[in-house]
Amino acid sequence: MTSNQFGLFGTDPWWLVLLKVLAIFVILVLLTLFTIWWERRVVSRMQNRIGPNRVGPQGLLQSLMDGIKLALKEEVIPRTAHLAVYWIAPVISATMAFLAFAVIPFGPTVSIFGVKTPLQLTDFPVSVLYVLAIASIGIYGIVLAGWSSGSPYPLLGGLRSSAQVISYEIAMGLSFVAVFLYAGSMSTSEIVAAQQPVWFAVILLPSFLIYVTSMVGETNRAPFDLPEAEGELVGGFHTEYSSLKFALFFLAEYINMVTVSALATTLFLGGWRAPWPLSVWASANSGWWPMLWWLVKVQLFIFFFIWLRGTLPRLRYDQFMKLGWKLLIPISIVWIVIVAGARTLRDQSATSSSRDTLFIAAGVILLAAVLSLVASSRADKRKTQADEARATVAEYQVDAGGFPVPPLPGQQAVLTSRRDSAVGTTIIQQRIDNQENADG
Amino acid sequence: MNVYTPILILGILAFGFAAFSVLTASLTGPKRYNRAKVDAYECGIDPTPQPEGGGRFPVKYYLTAMLFIVFDIEIVFLYPWAVAFDRLAFFGFCEMVVFIITVLVVYAYVWRRRGLEWD
Repeated sequence: MTSNQFGLFGTDPWWLVLLKVLAIFVILVLLTLFTIWWERRVVSRMQNRIGPNRVGPQGLLQSLMDGIKLALKEEVIPRTAHLAVYWIAPVISATMAFLAFAVIPFGPTVSIFGVKTPLQLTDFPVSVLYVLAIASIGIYGIVLAGWSSGSPYPLLGGLRSSAQVISYEIAMGLSFVAVFLYAGSMSTSEIVAAQQPVWFAVILLPSFLIYVTSMVGETNRAPFDLPEAEGELVGGFHTEYSSLKFALFFLAEYINMVTVSALATTLFLGGWRAPWPLSVWASANSGWWPMLWWLVKVQLFIFFFIWLRGTLPRLRYDQFMKLGWKLLIPISIVWIVIVAGARTLRDQSATSSSRDTLFIAAGVILLAAVLSLVASSRADKRKTQADEARATVAEYQVDAGGFPVPPLPGQQAVLTSRRDSAVGTTIIQQRIDNQENADG
Repeated sequence: MNVYTPILILGILAFGFAAFSVLTASLTGPKRYNRAKVDAYECGIDPTPQPEGGGRFPVKYYLTAMLFIVFDIEIVFLYPWAVAFDRLAFFGFCEMVVFIITVLVVYAYVWRRRGLEWD
């Protein structure tokens, strides 16, 4: 084995590498088109609608047609845009989204045209670190898009997005530590192999939950989709993008969704290995079947994303940052110490009781998390009540000057009777009359 | 073939695809000039004048970025320790507990100084 090889990786002939690269590219594009359609259909069902069902069977070709339509649309480039950066930002976003997929394992070693090769483009001893690095470069696309548009909404969206992604990257990075500790490796194929008897999602449940939370924050998806909060920021960082440039951002978002789902599958759900009832069947973990198990697991995560979007309202930005910095990070750190301690105990005493210790610790830490959430929400409520009690109730009318005005902090809405609001309406009517008189 | 070469090939393909789509879109789409259309989008009101040199960002974003670097470096230190954990045995565990305690002191300090508050 030469120094630039890693197991069977790095031994593929050039045509096989090209084949795999093409396959990954096609799979990602198809998965994106499918996921957009699937999301629209599922969200529609959740909202008592039908969703796109006209183009192709069950509307399956809808996203493809949307892509073609976008290609035929006019490109509107704002006058204030910084052109070079404005053009390169979507390219960075899309390229990095594709690149992160290079180290995801799809299946075991198979034989393609007589060459034995693993179903994975490449792998090296630090491949999970590589995924994190590529994900970080992807943020440049978002931040540069926001900045180069020369417009306030995209700028705010881009800044928010970068602050959000880097905040959740810490929790995400910490959740990996326990996995590396158990697998003894940072290579994706070895992590899959290390989950042979039991998935890491079972023995490292807190890590799994922290990863799942932070992967939603990392991909800017609901309920953490603050960078694109339509009500406050219009479209977020891609407000000023149109035509295929916009399509590239869209593509990048969905590929990132697939990537984080695939990473979750690889690190916590046993990768391409068959789940329990299927693993009884001897050939479930050989040949091409594992690709199916892999796809099913990834689709489960994608459905989870869609489910979240259909169910939860968006968080406020300070709540969101609080969750990341004040809850996920301390819990991950404490959990890492517990896992390391349990493992040391096992190595020292050589008994099998470490798993029980781990389960008990996981229960305790989850309980502590829930309790701290409840306590902090209680404290918030008490604080608000104290603020309200302290604030002097200022004189305030709901429809001052004929226009309804929301109460400011410290003010309390005075209930107006029907007759008073009618007076308000009359004032508006009078103003309109005055205006017309002035015009006439 | 080197294990990193396939990444380069995938990168070239992805970059080519992205660059191709961006360039084609400017050829396939129609072009109709309209002064209002090329203004910055602000829901129909006149666009805010852009400050010279990009203007100033709220300091909170810088603070978040700095905290990110502090904690990210901590994670980078944890990774090799986690991979080599079984070889380091009890000594490695003790060393890392000491390291994590020092990081937690920093974390508590930042928390007390309200560095983690957003508003």
